Amino acid sequence: MSADRGRRRRPRLLPYLLIGPTVLALVLVLGYPLVDMVVLSFQDMTREQLFSGSSPPWAGLRQFRRILGDAFFWTVVARTVLFTAVCVALTVFCGMVTALLMHRVSPWVRSVISGVLVMVWAMPVMVAGSIFRWLFDADYGVVNWLLSNLPGVDLAKHNWFTNPWEGFTVIVAVVVWGSLPFAAITLRAALAQVPPELEESAVLDGARPFQVFRHVTLPVIRPVLLMVTTLTAIWDFGVFNQIWLMRGGQPEREYYLLGVYSFIESFAVNRYSTGAAIALVTVVLLLAGSVVYLRQMLRTGEAE
Amino acid sequence: MRRRRSLGHDLLGLALAAVVGFPVYWMVLTAFRPAHEILSLPPRFWPGRPTFDNFARALGTETFWANVRSSVVIGLGTVLVSLVVGTLAAFALARFRFAGRKAFVVVILIVQMVPLTALIIPVYLLLNDVGMTDSITGVILTYLVFTLPFTVWMLRGFIAGVPVELEEAAMVDGCGRLGAFRRVVLPLLAPGIIATSVFALVQAWNEYVLVYVLLSSPEKQTVSIWLVSFQTSFGTDYGGLMAGATLTALPVVVFFLVVQRRIASGLAVGAVKG
Repeated sequence: MSADRGRRRRPRLLPYLLIGPTVLALVLVLGYPLVDMVVLSFQDMTREQLFSGSSPPWAGLRQFRRILGDAFFWTVVARTVLFTAVCVALTVFCGMVTALLMHRVSPWVRSVISGVLVMVWAMPVMVAGSIFRWLFDADYGVVNWLLSNLPGVDLAKHNWFTNPWEGFTVIVAVVVWGSLPFAAITLRAALAQVPPELEESAVLDGARPFQVFRHVTLPVIRPVLLMVTTLTAIWDFGVFNQIWLMRGGQPEREYYLLGVYSFIESFAVNRYSTGAAIALVTVVLLLAGSVVYLRQMLRTGEAE
Repeated sequence: MRRRRSLGHDLLGLALAAVVGFPVYWMVLTAFRPAHEILSLPPRFWPGRPTFDNFARALGTETFWANVRSSVVIGLGTVLVSLVVGTLAAFALARFRFAGRKAFVVVILIVQMVPLTALIIPVYLLLNDVGMTDSITGVILTYLVFTLPFTVWMLRGFIAGVPVELEEAAMVDGCGRLGAFRRVVLPLLAPGIIATSVFALVQAWNEYVLVYVLLSSPEKQTVSIWLVSFQTSFGTDYGGLMAGATLTALPVVVFFLVVQRRIASGLAVGAVKG
């Protein structure tokens, strides 16, 4: 009785007091900057206003007209989408294969694999980037040497970054390598929730392994699979660090993705408003792409 | 029939572990190698006589220890603030129904989607206005953008996992709502709090762009910046670079190994189930 009353009396105010600090912090460090970003994208802010502190002149839709009318911008958008798609597909596929494999190996091999995965997971992005630069080094990189051992391949002194397609292959490799542990470990946790009896009875009924996966395993792990896919997509869409590092802090135009493009416009060219407009378009594209994920997460949030 | 295991799967698993783990192995191997072994073809895949020269060169860079200190201060500050603030909100989300709850959840989720790079410009301008660029406090406050939503969402899952009856029993015994939370739920949350704080700490340790833009004095910068500047200033000194990379990764790897189970289960609890 008294517990019930205790629960009913206070809730009016208490939950708001509890979320108060979080709301305040988010408004301050996120809400205000986001609004400012939108405002900024309708202005024309340059270095001059930054130093003088005067308010920048309004530009209306000029920034958007400029970037949306620029063929190069659309190239970057297409490149970012393609890059994200490739990275996500590879990450989820490799993660799934790893998770399934971990399900089938002996316990000690499983420990070895999870040990390696956790270690890779812990690698800071900048460390991962440095390692891959060394692995793919033109003169003494181990990858060139290994590949040159294949018949008909000679990659001695081959520079991977001269051709952007090859350069992006290396960048995709770092990104996928870095996000594989998250995907594999999360998917493996999901696989553990699939009741073994279900799979067994499907096998007894004569289902082939792929059919078991498709019709028994997949429906159970679908929510987690969706979460892994969306989160990976969100992270890869905004990728910045790996490219920045791989190109030594001065990426060529062929290496621009949306995140890099927006950053360079703002901090290298000092056209803050153009940078803000690009960032805004990025956020809108991301939000549009992740509606499905949001719905799913909301359902979980309401479920308990 | 139950979960067939075979030698084939084991070998495949080991091959996978070898490929995925190779870059880390190569980093450590290179870090302990003398220069003439690093720059030799064909490369040798086994350790020879280890040397500490590379580490000495990396540690000898002028700002290394200052940068480590800065990273630690930023990391701990971020974790502390986001835990205190985030636990309260997580408690509200897990235990109360209130008007605006759904909107709050939506915000928490959407926020996790905004790429950090999109926020750099306005955050920089904001801190510039209040004179907090090149300030560690400014960086800590900014990091709340990505640690706080995550902390709230993850701890919410952990709190939801503690039976309400425990709190109710404490309240029957005369505790207030918050007293019951502090005495009963909080101690049970320890694993969740550890997992969450490690995750936040690692994020802060690894972050690069924001500190790169915000902090201009060399001694305030973090180890991520130190590592990147190492690449440019030392050219192709891969021995030194790999030693630096090993040093940067070491604390994070240790943390992860200590709490890996909790992190995996925490992710599952926080993200998958209610």
